[in-house]
Amino acid sequence: MNNILEVHNVVKRYSNHTALNDVSINVPKGVIFGLLGPNGAGKTSLIRIINQITGPDEGYILFDGQKLKPEHIKEIGYLPEERGLYKKMKVGEQLLYLAQLKGLSEKQAMEKLKEWFIKFDIKTWWTKNVEDLSKGMQQKIQFVATVLHEPQLIILDEPFSGFDPINANLIKDEILELKKKGTTIIFSTHRMESVEELCDNVALINKSHKVLDGPKKQIKEQFKTHTYSVEYMGDLSGEFQDFDILSTHIVEDNYKKSTIKLKPEIPVNSLVRQLIDKVEIRTFGENIPSMNDIFIAAVNEIPQ
Amino acid sequence: MKNIFLVLKREYLTRVRKKSFIVMTILGPLLIGAFYGFIGWTAMSSISLKKVEVIDESNIFKGKFKNTEELAYSYSSTSLDNAKKDFAKSGYDALVYIPKDIMDDPKGVKIFSEKSLSIELQNGIEKTIENEIETIKLTEAGITPKVLEDAKMNVSSETISLSEEGEKSNSSVAATIIGYICAFLIYITVFIFGVQVMRSVMEEKTSRIVEVIISSIKPFELMMGKIIGVALVGLTQFTLWIVLSLAVTTAATSLFGEKFAGSPQQRLEQVKNMPQAQEIEKQVKKEQNKGVGLYGKAMKAVQTLPWVTILVCFIFYFLGGYLLYSALFGAVGSAVDSETDVQQFMLPITLPIIFAIAIAQFVIREPDGNLAFWTSMIPFTSPIIMMVRIPFGVPAWQIILSMALLTGGFIGTTWLAARIYRVGILMFGKKPTFKEIGKWIFYKG
Repeated sequence: MNNILEVHNVVKRYSNHTALNDVSINVPKGVIFGLLGPNGAGKTSLIRIINQITGPDEGYILFDGQKLKPEHIKEIGYLPEERGLYKKMKVGEQLLYLAQLKGLSEKQAMEKLKEWFIKFDIKTWWTKNVEDLSKGMQQKIQFVATVLHEPQLIILDEPFSGFDPINANLIKDEILELKKKGTTIIFSTHRMESVEELCDNVALINKSHKVLDGPKKQIKEQFKTHTYSVEYMGDLSGEFQDFDILSTHIVEDNYKKSTIKLKPEIPVNSLVRQLIDKVEIRTFGENIPSMNDIFIAAVNEIPQ
Repeated sequence: MKNIFLVLKREYLTRVRKKSFIVMTILGPLLIGAFYGFIGWTAMSSISLKKVEVIDESNIFKGKFKNTEELAYSYSSTSLDNAKKDFAKSGYDALVYIPKDIMDDPKGVKIFSEKSLSIELQNGIEKTIENEIETIKLTEAGITPKVLEDAKMNVSSETISLSEEGEKSNSSVAATIIGYICAFLIYITVFIFGVQVMRSVMEEKTSRIVEVIISSIKPFELMMGKIIGVALVGLTQFTLWIVLSLAVTTAATSLFGEKFAGSPQQRLEQVKNMPQAQEIEKQVKKEQNKGVGLYGKAMKAVQTLPWVTILVCFIFYFLGGYLLYSALFGAVGSAVDSETDVQQFMLPITLPIIFAIAIAQFVIREPDGNLAFWTSMIPFTSPIIMMVRIPFGVPAWQIILSMALLTGGFIGTTWLAARIYRVGILMFGKKPTFKEIGKWIFYKG
């Protein structure tokens, strides 16, 4: 799979701190890419460099195989975290203006806007002033402005903040639809549940370093603790050769729940076989780390 | 370039369509028109023809009192008592009585009137009598009016400036007025429109749309589009003001002017019924001609000013001064988050403008002095000071040098402002110090 975006060893320094230190990230085409990290990790700095708002001090960026240049701005749509609109401007005029800044002609912009206004059922908003719209309505407008010029790459910084669940779902569906059409989406967020739900690939930045990146599945695999949860009736105590019991607690009545760590090289089936002999199993499952666990584990790890 | 145009278009249209712009555009000329009309009205209401009856028992002053726009004299030979009796019916505003022995007792002159007379009128009558007595006494002493006339020299100076186009007479009063008006207009507009740029930058920053925009276009394009857009708004407003003012004043002139023009005729009609009407008519005409002569002279003085140079320079220095300062105002807008932080950063920008308008009055007194020369070269003061000097005539090389320096100046400040702007618009939360802003200038890309 080829990459729509390749960040190579980017360094960005400000007068008293380094925002990005030798960060390299590859974003494959057509995926939803989660850019994760705690506040102040350097996510926004990286996004601004990709948007050519600022330039890197060292390193370089390839967009679709070419060195990033001003012409690529048209191919990127950006919804910043701190976003707003001209309050005293009419919705329609504002969107036309923003679309033209992205290089669309007035006619093209008009046609595409019509589609979106029908799609979101907001036709009556055209002549309204932005200040008369609610915050959620304004965010819909901002989303339209971001995707209107049909860019290859869309960068969304905390897209769901401020949306009510209905509108959040609407946007979520739009994101998935855009992905279907082949658009790549980078989205930066702290909300792990939306990462869990939407992202194919993730990268985690902490304290200006990239801590980990790759396809979500692979990362989960990497962070697997080889622990299993089993609920059972009976007694499971003592020392075992193939596994350790990390914890046990009573769930209800006679049922207990234990967390078991399997020793390396031992197949799961052998664990199950041994358990069947000793207790009556009610549920059995592998503990797959959530993105939340991974995030916390990775952030707490001190980077080399 | 295309992006600058798009920004410019938005900035221009949103401003021009604002209610406040339309109100200001209409109100400006109306205020000027109302002012003009008020002056016309007061002038008209204060001018009313007063008729004065003169009873001259000495027979010296017949025909000596000069009729003016406001005064018409007529002479009668009735006795003072009769005249006093008939005064109320006669329609005269005042009655002047000159006794027979005026030559010996100059205090015998009496002026009667129903309403109190203006000091001017009183002085005028006294002066005429004094002059006449003086003349008579001089003649008696052997000095003829001819000798007196020769001895009197009317000195009225004309300032002549020597320029390459040859000698031109101009009036330094006209130059002073025009120079100061131009300088003041530049001062006011640079301020008004500079602050507009600043507010616009702050609006984009506080409404947080700026990041969306600069992900599409370069901060420099956004800043330039804004600055040029506001400049065009300014020029539009100027043009509309001039056009509308001309229309309003033309309308006002035709309204009041007709009455002005009509009034001497009416006066003539009135006085024709009186004795010596012919005499008066002649004199009124003479006065009118004299008035036209003065007016023409003033017009000539105004016309000899280097108008084309003044106009071209005004537009250049307005644009140059505006570009120089509005870039800095824009930079200030980008550096702050809220209105309250503005003051501190405005001060270093506004000081040179205020300084310039303050020293303009010294420059007017000595338009070719050292102070005038240097302050009209320094780009921060030149838009104002050079405009003060230009109506007095400035050597071409100085204008060209000053313009070149101003051009360099605004390119410099625009560059500087753009460096601050691109960093400032993305800085939120904390009020920067001057030191930090200084550092922004040297940030890379």
